[in-house]
Amino acid sequence: MSFPWAKHYEPKQPLMRWLDEKLPLPRLVYNAVGAGYPVPRNLNYFWNFGVLAGLALTLQIVTGVTLAMHYAANGGVAFASVESIMRDVNAGWFLRYAHANGASMFLLVVYIHIARGLYYGSYKAPREMVWLLGVVIFLLMMATAFMGYVLPWGQMSFWGAQVITGFFSAIPMVGETIRIWLLGGYAPDNAALNRFFSLHYLLPFVTMGVIIMHIWALHIPGSNNPTGVDVKSEADTVPFHPYYTAKDGVGVGVFMLVFAAFIFFAPNMLGHPDNYIEANPLSTPAHIVPEWYFLPFYAILKSFTADFILDAKLWGVLAMFGSILLLFFLPWLDTSPVRSANFRPKYRMFLIVLLLDVLLLGYVGGAEASARNVILGQLASAYYFIHFLVILPLVSRSEQPRPLPNSITEAVLEKHAGTSPAKTALA
Amino acid sequence: MVRFLAILIGAAFTFVLGLALFGTISTAITNPAPETAEHEFHLHPKDAALSSQGYAGNFDRQQLQRGFQVYKEVCAACHSLKYVSFRDLEHIGYSEAEVKAIANQWVIEQPSVNPDTGEAGTRKNLPSDRFPLAFANDVAARAANNNAVPPDLSLMAKARHDGTNYIYSLVGPDAYRAQPRELLAKFPDLKTPAGLHYNPYFANLNIAMPPPLTADGQVTYTDGTKATRGQMAKDVAAFLTWTAEPNLEARHAAGLAALIFIAIFCFLAWGAYQNVWRDVKH
Repeated sequence: MSFPWAKHYEPKQPLMRWLDEKLPLPRLVYNAVGAGYPVPRNLNYFWNFGVLAGLALTLQIVTGVTLAMHYAANGGVAFASVESIMRDVNAGWFLRYAHANGASMFLLVVYIHIARGLYYGSYKAPREMVWLLGVVIFLLMMATAFMGYVLPWGQMSFWGAQVITGFFSAIPMVGETIRIWLLGGYAPDNAALNRFFSLHYLLPFVTMGVIIMHIWALHIPGSNNPTGVDVKSEADTVPFHPYYTAKDGVGVGVFMLVFAAFIFFAPNMLGHPDNYIEANPLSTPAHIVPEWYFLPFYAILKSFTADFILDAKLWGVLAMFGSILLLFFLPWLDTSPVRSANFRPKYRMFLIVLLLDVLLLGYVGGAEASARNVILGQLASAYYFIHFLVILPLVSRSEQPRPLPNSITEAVLEKHAGTSPAKTALA
Repeated sequence: MVRFLAILIGAAFTFVLGLALFGTISTAITNPAPETAEHEFHLHPKDAALSSQGYAGNFDRQQLQRGFQVYKEVCAACHSLKYVSFRDLEHIGYSEAEVKAIANQWVIEQPSVNPDTGEAGTRKNLPSDRFPLAFANDVAARAANNNAVPPDLSLMAKARHDGTNYIYSLVGPDAYRAQPRELLAKFPDLKTPAGLHYNPYFANLNIAMPPPLTADGQVTYTDGTKATRGQMAKDVAAFLTWTAEPNLEARHAAGLAALIFIAIFCFLAWGAYQNVWRDVKH
């Protein structure tokens, strides 16, 4: 699709030829993730995470559809039906733990995938549309994960739903009406649980559709690479299959090892004990915290504690949604033509600070609201916005990028030439 | 234009955060958060050191049966076990006949409907029944327990942080004690109210449950183990770990097999990767 030297699909079997004429599905696969897609030869292991995210979504759909056969979305019996899955359904405990930890694995993999994009400038021209669709996928995932967490109808499910839908009541004038409309009641109840279940079942398939567009948009310019330099000739690329299918195989194996370790040996480590208590509208938990993957955003929400023209709560909600929505503008905030942070010394330094900053926000999001933690959260939130909205537009002006290699092949050969004297010495 | 607006928005958020930061710091200086008794006197649970804990743990069936005995003779008076069925007891080593007898002799009967008259009544428990509720409803539970509902214990070991150790510590020999003198000296208003009991392993330090395990030999174990208070606490913690996670052994066994299988897959995938890429510098 992308480069003139891309291999063409030539079916040899008569059956495959017949199929190719009627419905060229094998051709589509061949060009998408087969030998027909030329990929830069220098991709590192961070390029495994796109495939891993697709795998994680597939596993979530498989375990989720099976769980839905046994789950009952009714406030009266939802909690008991989950316990029945855990105790009475054959391998039900495995399905549920795989699905609950699968959500964490999916988000973990996607966070690494996003960080890869930030570091290597994968959001820049000509891949803006890939990035925009990626942010849409991220938003869909967050909505799906939140609604899925409500389904077991434990204490954290209920109170999490209460807090998150409460965001909408921060909207002036109509907020409370919108909140009640969204919930189908004054507080989360059967109506809310049922619509969350319906949407939780729907959104993964919407996500799947957007992923297809994400890959489609990617195949037009082709994959970015660690140098950020454009592909110039056939020597710069290898066919996706077998080269990157083989490399992704290693990534899949390591992913499965980590996943299995969680499912079988620490299935409740990432969850909150309170979610094993049935939802009780009359008893508020001591600390309401979201799942780990929302903690950085929760920290931003909590950091806005001062009224200024608008309510503190509205500032918090705006900032929290803004912290994600600003990613849509990233391709136009960063004007540097150099993609890879390896050649942008200043940007690289700020980006590493940002990654640490997000980890700090995650810690603050889950920690108790002591003065020290609130102060840390406010400083970290400020850096988050300053990084994207102020530093990024300014840094490319003052920055002197390091010289770029002429081509991917040159960079690869240089790397190998650099190491060869040591190898010779050893031999 | 995008960049100009971005800088403005960034400045606005930063300004509001600066105001908030100023507020936080000035409050922390002028009006620091008071120390709380929970913060200073709450104790983390002690290690129960059970065979089921740890990454390859398995249950000790003898211990689970002792723990069940403690539950039956002590806890069941107030606490239900509503997600567990009598038949499940076969998994901790009771025979089918024994389970039938345990269900049949259970003090609280199952609510049912008289098949002839249609009147509400009760019948003897069957192995297929869940453990019956200790109280007909929460109102009855409150009325009988000084306005506190004894929680269901099926999931207790997973519904508290470090649950197994928590249960062991909460009912263990050193849990219920006189309120420390230092606590009263520092927080004179926090004397344990009448009807509650000081217990440093409980989140807010004052628990409604009276000391459940009060004397050595409170339960006479059928296997001859000496029923010290510590032993009973440990056994009931083991039993409730099983009720919360009955498939723990199957999970650990399957996990080991899965890890070995995936490790072999990784090894083969690595070999394939090396083989495919052998002639391409990257």
